[in-house]
Amino acid sequence: MISDITIGQYYSGTSVLHRLDARVKILLTVLFIVIIFLCKNFLSLALMFALTAVSILLSGVPFRMFFKSLKPILPIILFTAVLNIFYIKKGTELLSFWVITITTGGLATAFFMAVRIICLIMCSSLLTYTTTPTDLTDAIERLLSPLKVLHIQVHTLAMMMTLALRFIPTLIEEIERITNAQKARGADFESGRFMQRVKAMIPVLVPLFVSAFRRAYELSFAMSCRCYHGGEGRTRMKQMKLHLSDGVSFLLFALVLAGVIVLNHFFGKLI
Amino acid sequence: MADIILETKNLTYTYAPKTAGEVTAIRDVSVAIERGTLVGIIGHTGSGKSTLIEHFNGLMRGTSGVVLLDGKDIWENKKEIRSVRFRVGVCFQYPEYQLFEETVYKDVAFGPKNMGLSEEEIDRRVREVLSFVGLEERYLELSPFDLSGGEKRRVAIAGIMAMEPQVLVLDEPCAGLDPIGRATVLSLIQNYQKTTGSTVIIVTHSMEDAALIADRILVMNQARLAFYGTVEEVFSHAGELQSMGLDIPQMMRLYLLLREKGLPVSKTFYTLEQAKKAILACFKKGENA
Amino acid sequence: MNDFIRFENVSFAYEIEGEAAKPVLENFSLTVHEGEFLAVLGHNGCGKSTVAKLCNGIEFPQKGRVLVRGLDTASEEHLLAIRQCVGMVFQNPDNQIVATIVEDDVAFGPENLGVEPAEIRKRVDAALRRVGMYDFRRFEPHKLSGGQKQRVAIAGVIAMQPACIVLDEPTAMLDPRGRRDVMDTVKMLNREQGITVVLITHYMDEAAQADRVVVMDHGRILLDDTPRRVFAQTQTLLRAGLDVPQATALAKELRKNGVDVPADVLTVDELADALVRAAQQN
Repeated sequence: MISDITIGQYYSGTSVLHRLDARVKILLTVLFIVIIFLCKNFLSLALMFALTAVSILLSGVPFRMFFKSLKPILPIILFTAVLNIFYIKKGTELLSFWVITITTGGLATAFFMAVRIICLIMCSSLLTYTTTPTDLTDAIERLLSPLKVLHIQVHTLAMMMTLALRFIPTLIEEIERITNAQKARGADFESGRFMQRVKAMIPVLVPLFVSAFRRAYELSFAMSCRCYHGGEGRTRMKQMKLHLSDGVSFLLFALVLAGVIVLNHFFGKLI
Repeated sequence: MADIILETKNLTYTYAPKTAGEVTAIRDVSVAIERGTLVGIIGHTGSGKSTLIEHFNGLMRGTSGVVLLDGKDIWENKKEIRSVRFRVGVCFQYPEYQLFEETVYKDVAFGPKNMGLSEEEIDRRVREVLSFVGLEERYLELSPFDLSGGEKRRVAIAGIMAMEPQVLVLDEPCAGLDPIGRATVLSLIQNYQKTTGSTVIIVTHSMEDAALIADRILVMNQARLAFYGTVEEVFSHAGELQSMGLDIPQMMRLYLLLREKGLPVSKTFYTLEQAKKAILACFKKGENA
Repeated sequence: MNDFIRFENVSFAYEIEGEAAKPVLENFSLTVHEGEFLAVLGHNGCGKSTVAKLCNGIEFPQKGRVLVRGLDTASEEHLLAIRQCVGMVFQNPDNQIVATIVEDDVAFGPENLGVEPAEIRKRVDAALRRVGMYDFRRFEPHKLSGGQKQRVAIAGVIAMQPACIVLDEPTAMLDPRGRRDVMDTVKMLNREQGITVVLITHYMDEAAQADRVVVMDHGRILLDDTPRRVFAQTQTLLRAGLDVPQATALAKELRKNGVDVPADVLTVDELADALVRAAQQN
């Protein structure tokens, strides 16, 4: 049923990761990305991989969810891997054929890059799987709030994101409803050339826009009626408070960072 | 044997079968609708009535069971499903939200055009159907977006009628209209059925409307067909309807109250006219005695 | 009874570019009393929605003025106070829910008013309990039925602790069960919480539940009385494009034909009792 769609990819649960402060999770994700780019050899990469694996286990989100998020990226991973295999010529030569030379160094780099991308994807998926879109928007608003000094309307941006999240399911339902109504009048969306298909969308798009504008207009009334007047003087029901676990996870990341630096230093560089 | 136009046999539809989110929207529905009748479909939101009508014109395909139009399975030839939609015209809830053309004329012509009719035939149909729904010549070139709510609704209904379907299905055609709008649309539907003799199916929440215009009533309850029969037959199950949480027509409630209080009203009544006659008859008898 | 909202000789017209302004209200005066349940009845386009929008400064009169507890809605400085005091619920439940989680939406009003977080939490929980939606507080709005969404919208208004709620055709898009739930909620707020209610509707059965009914046509007030006396005016109502309850219509027909029942019955039960009495006298 269309009403079953969930916005974003939140996977509900009560794990430690779910309970972490959304701001902390965003910062840690950024930190993770930075650290993984600092990794220079397999040992430090293995440390990061272990961190990813442990986090996934802790989150309680099933593995198939992560495979699902990897699927669309797979071609990119393969592409970079192949490029690395062909272009990097280091170490022992394994195979030489016409212009193609494959070396151990090339294979190792390809593998290294692939694991790095996989860790990246897993880690950012972990953020969206364990954080509701609402919490994410809230956290972004709060993290960006220092930008107010630069006269950037952080609150307005966050409000727009919230409203978009709120109305995506409504509009998807609407598209389905209008499509059905036009199909009932014999509209054909499935056949014809590209241009014909684009033209066939007009009977859906026009009513959709008309309705979206009407909704926007009514919503603005409704918001004014509830005393909305921008971000000034506004309080929030849900306060974000840092807990012990948030501190501990920062500490853990600091240790991992130190570990990566040490491993990089003592065990040589692959890249 | 009765002349059946539309029939479902053991029709079942399940969303997301064999998953945790499995929901059966309609279960084992078998019903045969006679040609030329006006059928009222009643039932709660979520009872499966909207899902059922989406099966009538092949917008949805049952997970099991069949839909027969004039005795032929509508899914016999998958490629022909579009032609089924011209023969079973479905007008959804709030149909004014499907208007998109620059003029009323063009919008009503959308269906007939998709049927591949000739220009003259389209022109004849559009003019005829618009005058039928009470919109004069001057409306033809207006933008549908400039009309009042009630007028938009009539243009949208006209767009379905212009396909001249054998079966016209309307999902809550009066929803959200004010009393004048409701009365206009109801009498329009009644007239359409009388003048064209086609089969009309109307989904409604109003028991009064159903009692007033329908020949037969179909009751859906928790994805199943609860009753299908004449107005009298269906409302004779007043107790069961009420236990499903459905109302009965107000006038029928009056009838039941009067019987309970011992007033000798002879014949069951559902509509205002019937009630007036029956009660007056009862009082006349009283005077004579 | 104290005056709560006063319309004083209000004129209002919608201005459409390049066209003559379309007058909606002309010299319109109406007083809403504190604590009453007032229904404003009229067909589409009679100006009743404009009345709603004038109540809390969404629209402003071109002539005359609208006072809420003595404050002029046209004065910028009182606008927030007026909107906090007069809450508004609209027809389409989808287009007034702002947040992606029910409880966050209910919190929206108090947050805008700058209420303390702990106090907001209290108000949100209380408001959701009041409308019977507490168990749904963590739901996403699009997973609720129309009636449930409308009750969330009402909770969002009462969390601002208004003295009055104006509802503009709140049940027009709902099924019978949703309509009943919303009407029960509205009545409860009026009877138990003492909140002044202005219900704008074209459903007679809803207007019949009010203390007082105002019937509008062409921007003017045709009738202003108790439901019973208003519905007895069958002719005026029909001319204004409205229905009368079936029981009232039948009583009228029966009276014409010499059956002795009162003209102002409202419900089927009343009519049944009256008929039994008439039969006994017969």
